[in-house]
Amino acid sequence: MSRQANRGTESKKMSSELFTLTYGALVTQLCKDYENDEDVNKQLDKMGYNIGVRLIEDFLARSNVGKCHDFRETADVIAKVAFKMYLGITPSITNWSPAGDEFSLIMENNPLVDFVELPDSHSSLIYSNLLCGVLRGALEMVQMAVEAKFVQDALKGDGVTEIRMRFIRRIEDNLPVGEE
Amino acid sequence: MTVHNLYLFDRNGVCLHYSEWHRKKQAGISQEEEFKLMYGMLFSIRSFVSKMSPLDMKDGFVAFQTSRYKLHYYETPTGIKVVMNTDLGVGPIRDVLHHIYSALYVELVVKNPLCPLGQTVQSELFRSRLDSYIRSLPFFSARAG
Repeated sequence: MSRQANRGTESKKMSSELFTLTYGALVTQLCKDYENDEDVNKQLDKMGYNIGVRLIEDFLARSNVGKCHDFRETADVIAKVAFKMYLGITPSITNWSPAGDEFSLIMENNPLVDFVELPDSHSSLIYSNLLCGVLRGALEMVQMAVEAKFVQDALKGDGVTEIRMRFIRRIEDNLPVGEE
Repeated sequence: MTVHNLYLFDRNGVCLHYSEWHRKKQAGISQEEEFKLMYGMLFSIRSFVSKMSPLDMKDGFVAFQTSRYKLHYYETPTGIKVVMNTDLGVGPIRDVLHHIYSALYVELVVKNPLCPLGQTVQSELFRSRLDSYIRSLPFFSARAG
C-alpha cells in the first residue's frame, strides 16, 4: 500500500551519451591491457557477470516482478522490463527452438555502440559482450543456468544485433551442508 | 504491538544480518545454532508447503503464529529471506519486509561495491538505517514486551 510512496520512482536519468562513452572507454582500456581480443571478450563477460549478480537484486526491488513459471515468461520479462529499464530499448524475441529452451533477442539498435566502429585489428572483439555476462549472472541468481552469446552484431556488418540465449538447467536450492 | 527480532538470510542459508528489539527470553542455544535451526525450519516449511499446495504457488508461505508470537516471512526470487518475529497483534506486513529488502538491503548493501555478498553485513549504515526504520514502524512500541 505505501510501497510506492516509500520507494518512489527514483530512476535517475543519465545522459545516454555519457553512458555510451563510458562503456567505450572501458572497452578501450581493456583492449590496451590485454593482448588479444579473446581475453578482452572473456574479461567483459566476467565483469558483466559480476554486475548481473547484483543488478538482479536492484531489478527485483524496483520492478516487483515475481518468479517466472517458464522460460518464455523469463524471455518476456528480460526483453520488455529489464532491457527497457536499463538500456531504454525493447528487443524483440524470436527464433524459439522447438523445445522452447532457446531464443534470440534482436536489437534493432544497440545503445552501447552508438559511436563505435571496429578497427580491422580487432575483428574478433565482441564489443558488447558485457551484456551476455550480465544476463548470465542475473539469471543464475534466480536459479537458471543459461548460456548467452552474440550471433549477429551490427558492428560486424550484420543487419541487426542478436543475442542467442540457451537454457541449460534449473539450479536447485540445497540445504547447506552439515544440516539435516 | 511490538517487534521481537529480525533475520536476513541469503539463498545459501548464511545469516546476513540479525537484530533484536524486545526479546526477553533467549533460546538457550548459541546464536550460530539458532540461525541454523531457523534456516533449516524455514527451508523445510517452504518446500513442504509448496509440495502440499493444490496449485502452483506464487508467494509461498507468508507467516505462521503460535500463541505467543507471529513469524513473518518474505522471500525474493533470488532467495533473500527476510524473517521478522512480532507479537500477535501485527497484521500482514509484506510491504514492510519488501521495503527492508528493496530500500535497505539492495540500496545499502548490494549497491555498495565494498560490501561482499554472501557474508554477514558489516555496513554500519545499513544497521543504523534498519534500526531506525524498525523503530519508526507504527506497530513498534517500546512499552510492550
